Amino acid sequence: MKLSTLAALALMSLAGPMVAISGSGPSEAGAKPVSYKFPNETATFKPGPNLEVVKNNCMACHSVDYVQTQPRGAKFKEDFWRAEVTKMIKVYGAPIAEADVGKIVEYLTQTY
Amino acid sequence: MIDRRTLLRNSGAAIAALGAGMALPSLRAFAATAALPFDNGERPLVKFPQKRPMIGLTSRPPQLETPFSVFNKGPITPNNAFFVRYHLAQVPLDIDPDKFTVEIKGKVDTPVKLSLAEIKKMPAIDIVAVNQCSGNSRGFFNPRVAGGQLGNGAMGNARWKGVSLKSILDRAGVQSGARQVTFNGMDGPVTDKTPDFIKALDIDHARDGEVMLAYAMNGADLPLLNGYPLRLVVPGYYGTYWVKHLNEITVIDNVFDGFWMKTAYRIPDNDCNCVEPGTAPKATVPINRFKVRSFITSVADGAKLKARARITLKGFAFDGGKGIKDVAVSTDGGKTWAQARLGKDLGKYSFREWRMPVRLAAGAHELKVRATSNGGEAQPTEPLWNGAGYLRNVIETVRVTAA
Repeated sequence: MKLSTLAALALMSLAGPMVAISGSGPSEAGAKPVSYKFPNETATFKPGPNLEVVKNNCMACHSVDYVQTQPRGAKFKEDFWRAEVTKMIKVYGAPIAEADVGKIVEYLTQTY
Repeated sequence: MIDRRTLLRNSGAAIAALGAGMALPSLRAFAATAALPFDNGERPLVKFPQKRPMIGLTSRPPQLETPFSVFNKGPITPNNAFFVRYHLAQVPLDIDPDKFTVEIKGKVDTPVKLSLAEIKKMPAIDIVAVNQCSGNSRGFFNPRVAGGQLGNGAMGNARWKGVSLKSILDRAGVQSGARQVTFNGMDGPVTDKTPDFIKALDIDHARDGEVMLAYAMNGADLPLLNGYPLRLVVPGYYGTYWVKHLNEITVIDNVFDGFWMKTAYRIPDNDCNCVEPGTAPKATVPINRFKVRSFITSVADGAKLKARARITLKGFAFDGGKGIKDVAVSTDGGKTWAQARLGKDLGKYSFREWRMPVRLAAGAHELKVRATSNGGEAQPTEPLWNGAGYLRNVIETVRVTAA
């Protein structure tokens, strides 16, 4: 799948209008098709360096809250974030360009 | 910009609304937060279809925690409050149960594809069983570890109805030499480079008659986010094995080496399944049965209680399938313990309620609860540590003041 398209879709959904939640409840007959709709994502990245690079890469596969709920403090700076970005590439196959890795790590280290 | 005091006030109103069972009209009207008691623990309360407002850890893929107050309402966790945990963002959102099938293949005599209707015609079993995320309570780890920073709400107890995996495997006819069975669901990754979420059980475990394919939960269809229309239920085992939207079962003659078994969800291979904080284990094994746990649900940390009045403390305990032998409660920080009275036995895989009347003198008190399983397993006094943040089961402490 095209990562840039997915990122664009994710951004569009973030910018889109807020809709009321009207989910289909559990069907009593147990045989009705279910069509489910997620609520809009609300978490957004804080301002910081290389923000566009971060948005285009990270948000293709997951929402922003995956980043911002991580532990904070001296042990959760550059080494931690570099390990996380490396895991996304090596383990989960995220197609992040080599040139973007340092930029993403810089943003995460300075911002979170 | 909403200031912190407003957020907390809104949060209180939201919790009151939850307690009163009020329906909240939309996300727009529902701007409230919950504060988990560790650093960076502020979370939005989010409303997903089929769910009441839940503690939102992540939204894509979704991870939702049960607000802890729900656990004081009874031993069964309502479907609309049951926790949600996905790994991969391609969640199947449109499901027609009339078209759904689950395929049984691999080392079997007769590969079969069963419709939901065919499965529902087979002899049904039901079982009350806890599902708990491997990383439930990870946010309390010290030192902290990477991963989903969960409070204690990634667990729940439900009555599951479905068919035994054994009956399904017998129908296909397991061939000799079979060693494991793998399970795949309809959810998948965003890019095909991400390992698909596939789990495995040993063949004897898969055929124990208790592992089941569940199509109902507490008398209703599974909520979509809990695996509609069919999920694996592995009583006593951590939730990672409870594959949702289950549509592919494969019998294999080797040990499955996919990422989610071979690399992820591993625990230290030693007696405590723990290591010195900050170190790595020498060897690991796949995570398996729940460690014994117990909680106080009737009073929250920081509660102010009436001194010398009779107060009934309540909570529940559970373990990995031996059942709960006893629960003891301390009101003096663990110096002395008294036996709690156990509630109704809903089966060895269920939450087991307990209660104990206490009178507290004026002052500060540390309430503690500890459970022992029928297998003799007890909870540790100090937390055990592992780098993935799994298996937390330390004796819980609730600090209260009586006046």
